[in-house]
Amino acid sequence: MASLKDLRNRIASVKATQKITKAMQMVAAAKLRRAQSAAEAARPYSQRMDAVMANIAAAVGGSDGAPRLLAGTGSDQTHLLIVATAERGLCGGFNSSIARLARDRARDLLTAGKTVKILPVGKKGADVLRSEFGDIMMKAVDLREVKHVGYANAADIAKQVLDQFGTGEFDVATLFYAEFESVISQIPTAQQIIPPEIKETEADTDSASAFYDYEPDENEILNDLLPRNVAVQIFRALLENAASEQGARMSAMDNATRNAGEMIDKLTLTFNRQRQAQITTELIEIIAGAEAL
Amino acid sequence: MADNFTFELVSPEKLLLSGDAEIVTIPGTEGDMGVQVNHMPVMTSLRPGMVEAKMSDGSDVSFFVAGGFADVAPGGVTVLAEFSLPRAELTREIMDEQIRLAQEAHDSHEDDDEKKANARAYLDQLNHLTPTILPA
Repeated sequence: MASLKDLRNRIASVKATQKITKAMQMVAAAKLRRAQSAAEAARPYSQRMDAVMANIAAAVGGSDGAPRLLAGTGSDQTHLLIVATAERGLCGGFNSSIARLARDRARDLLTAGKTVKILPVGKKGADVLRSEFGDIMMKAVDLREVKHVGYANAADIAKQVLDQFGTGEFDVATLFYAEFESVISQIPTAQQIIPPEIKETEADTDSASAFYDYEPDENEILNDLLPRNVAVQIFRALLENAASEQGARMSAMDNATRNAGEMIDKLTLTFNRQRQAQITTELIEIIAGAEAL
Repeated sequence: MADNFTFELVSPEKLLLSGDAEIVTIPGTEGDMGVQVNHMPVMTSLRPGMVEAKMSDGSDVSFFVAGGFADVAPGGVTVLAEFSLPRAELTREIMDEQIRLAQEAHDSHEDDDEKKANARAYLDQLNHLTPTILPA
């Protein structure tokens, strides 16, 4: 049985841990608010972008001259998996659930005889995937120094991806991230970005596109638009991820704080019992001693 | 008033402006374009320049944009700018940074003449624009 001194130390240490997790929870809550508003602020742009993409793809898509970024290379032999995770841990299942989704996809593709390449964004996902896919993994994109994800970060990643696409290093690119739904629910998502999945919009697009005038012409705009769309999708994923990470950390730390509280209660109870037992023993000794006289 | 239309200016990071405008001037790649209500639907890419608008409440707004698109649809005008700032917040440092980025993009296209030419044109436009919006 642990001595009273041991118990006292133990309680002190759990209390210290609880203070840390509590502080982390509050920091995460504050950061979550910022990340959420950043994600919301970015939403109009990607929505408009989707609409424009759908419009223009309806006008150009299907024709033979469609750019490779829109129509694909015609093959799906080599897949690039862009796995966006956090740079830091202590956020519950956030990193591992994204990594698991990517790992399952990679295994499926490998068993189907495809070639897989992995581009990790964020250190944690890279750590998880390295043991299994170390040889097909590219150098992780490091965002550790980045406090607030900006469009420039996404544009850098997009540039790297597009350069590789340009040199024919892969046919299909899929982006893995966690969609932020609420503080307690973040959904790991796989989204194909090259060639893009064009969302079907209302039927009025064909009637509208018939009158559309393009300056310069459709193809040139499309050639400009498609790389931007890749950057926008990555940016959106990074923002969603940032919000999800903080949400996951907040609930993980909330749990940890509560667990620490329970542990303190339990330890305090044991401590008090033992103290009383000790007092009782001492009293019995004294009484027994007095009676013996 | 019937002569207004919805005008929105968005950058990847946020919605910069949304409101009713009487006239919007857009720096298209093939020339500036003044848009009023019932303009024909057009989609144009942008060159670096100023987007100016006269809003329906009589105020004038002016934004610097660097690259992107404008979508003139029957319902209104949407400008999707790669980078955008209100003119009042524009400083020499920001312009220098933009020029530096453009220069980098230009230098990175060593092997691709078409991209290099595009980047060159973009850089020239930026260089040309800077003294007009930021008088020394």
